[in-house]
Amino acid sequence: MLEIKNLHASLEEEGKEILKGVNLTVEAGKVHAIMGPNGSGKSTLSYVLAGREGYEVTEGSATLLGEDVLDMDVEERAAAGMFLAFQYPVEIPGVGNMTFMRTAVNAQRKARGEEEMSSAEFLKVIREKAKEMQIDAEMLKRPVNVGFSGGEKKRNEILQMAMLEPKLCIMDETDSGLDVDAMKLVAQGVNALRSPDRGFLVITHYQRLLDHIQPDVVHIMSDGRIVKTGGPELALEVEKNGYTDILKENA
Amino acid sequence: MMALPQAKQDATEARLAALTLPVQDGWTRAARADALARLTKSGLPGPRDEYWRWTRPAELNAVDVPGAAPMDESDEAPIFDGIDALSLVFRDGVFDAEASDDLTLEGVEISRLSEVQGADIHWAREVYGALELRGQDPVVRPFAALNTAFASDGVLIRATGKAAKPICIRYVHEKSDSDPILHHVVKVEEGAEVTLLEAGAPGARFNTVLEADIADRGTFHHVRAQGRNRDRRANTHTFARLGEESVCKSFTLSLNGALTRNEHIIEFTGDDAAAHVAGAAIGDGKVAKFHHDDTVFVTHDAVNCESRQVFKKVLKNGALGVFQGKILVKAGAQKTDGYQISQSLLLDGDSQFLAKPELEIYADDVACSHGSTTGSIDEEMLFYLKARGVPHARAMDLLVLAFLAETLAEIEEDAIAESLRTRLENWLERHAD
Repeated sequence: MLEIKNLHASLEEEGKEILKGVNLTVEAGKVHAIMGPNGSGKSTLSYVLAGREGYEVTEGSATLLGEDVLDMDVEERAAAGMFLAFQYPVEIPGVGNMTFMRTAVNAQRKARGEEEMSSAEFLKVIREKAKEMQIDAEMLKRPVNVGFSGGEKKRNEILQMAMLEPKLCIMDETDSGLDVDAMKLVAQGVNALRSPDRGFLVITHYQRLLDHIQPDVVHIMSDGRIVKTGGPELALEVEKNGYTDILKENA
Repeated sequence: MMALPQAKQDATEARLAALTLPVQDGWTRAARADALARLTKSGLPGPRDEYWRWTRPAELNAVDVPGAAPMDESDEAPIFDGIDALSLVFRDGVFDAEASDDLTLEGVEISRLSEVQGADIHWAREVYGALELRGQDPVVRPFAALNTAFASDGVLIRATGKAAKPICIRYVHEKSDSDPILHHVVKVEEGAEVTLLEAGAPGARFNTVLEADIADRGTFHHVRAQGRNRDRRANTHTFARLGEESVCKSFTLSLNGALTRNEHIIEFTGDDAAAHVAGAAIGDGKVAKFHHDDTVFVTHDAVNCESRQVFKKVLKNGALGVFQGKILVKAGAQKTDGYQISQSLLLDGDSQFLAKPELEIYADDVACSHGSTTGSIDEEMLFYLKARGVPHARAMDLLVLAFLAETLAEIEEDAIAESLRTRLENWLERHAD
């Protein structure tokens, strides 16, 4: 589904290389987790994949379902099925949550040559899905993420994911700022979306999110590369011994 | 009296020579004569006047009207479509009785300035030119005096109760050299309530004055959309005087316009009153010149009054925006709550926003604040929208609408605000590039 080969990327302004040859394949139906210490390049990888400005890809490739994503505009990547759940979801005063989601859903459908969702259908679907994420009608009416608590913002991200039904979900530190109950709710939302034709890339610093979202594969990232790949037990090892030991043995 | 500079005197004389005073035997005669005397004394604004520093008055002064072709706006629903209102139509400044509704409405008395010259309407005589005169100090407003002296027509509205529905003045611009001068007077009697809507550009160049005298506990809502005409030259004044516990809200939407100068002059004379003035303007210099000036002067001369000014402009391709806003709190006007914000969103490096926010306070127990910002589209927000699949142009539009939403929120009636939002969305759609 997602195939990253020897990906190198630098910060445009400073020219500093952050990704130094990432190789990664995420298969449909699988949950891959990327763990690693701060500054290892985990979030940068998610930004480069989503197409955020400020990064320059200097080498390598990334394809989604065989298509070169690095060549696409940000919105094209989204329409092609990529979804990034933000670590810090952006507040947009003046744009209603509903307007935003409906615009996004229909823009993607239009880009894919599919029929747009009618108002009535959209309302029905979003109400159903919002209920599952415990997002009430009031929150849907409010401007995007404005006045939302940290947990509410993350739940809103998962609701967007559920509405957009992406092929590949990248989750950037979704557990940051969440208490246990909120994390369970978010994990529930994510697990409900697991399906044989959808891949997940879960970026996290701590193992605790992976208690709730069971990964199939765990990667350890350090200094811009993936240095170790294993099963769920690798996450437990990190939890127990920290990153130091793993990084040492790979040094 | 100091003599006027020669150039100014010449310009004023030339302009006045080209105008004809309307029939002078009516109740407006004294007010018109006084206004003409004021105007002769002050002269019309020139390039050196501080108050006209950023907006050149030459095109408004010129004897020959700078031409403006009428705009075909039939590609979208009329402004305030679907709002049930009593409609009064002016075609290039001339009242069109056929196209207008009967001037009867429960809760209000409506007449026309040109029609009642011979009659003596006491309430109107007390307002016509009177608020304009009060607004001449401390800053002269010669175009308003010119209007009082030469206005050919206008609507006189006296609200005695709750108006059954809004009154909508619809302007139709058909002649490319029309130069109407219209003067509307509104008197909201004690406890009464009325909403006035204005739609469209009255002419190629126009000078309109609205005087609104709001008695104790009266409510006046004013919402205006100035049409899409690109070449028009607009000069408007809105004078409002507020009595005790009265409310005045005025909103203006401006799309396009080679030259627009909208002045609001608000005066609190009774305690515990509230006045909100807001405006949204958007212009694209690529299609035609866009120059938009909001000039506001709020005088607090009573206790515990609240004033709000919320003005936002979206400027594109070399468009120019101006804001001059002042809050004057007189000695004794304690517990004044004065707020003023002017903001611009520059969509490129060619556009410009000039702002002069001012506070002048002579009372010690007040809360006044003012702010002015100039910014560009927030890249984080743009990325977030695009990352959800919203195409670039649509994402920009959403953010522009979001920026202007705060001004639309100042409009009391949701249906009216919605009608203007649609106009804005249509504009953005036409200017997507």
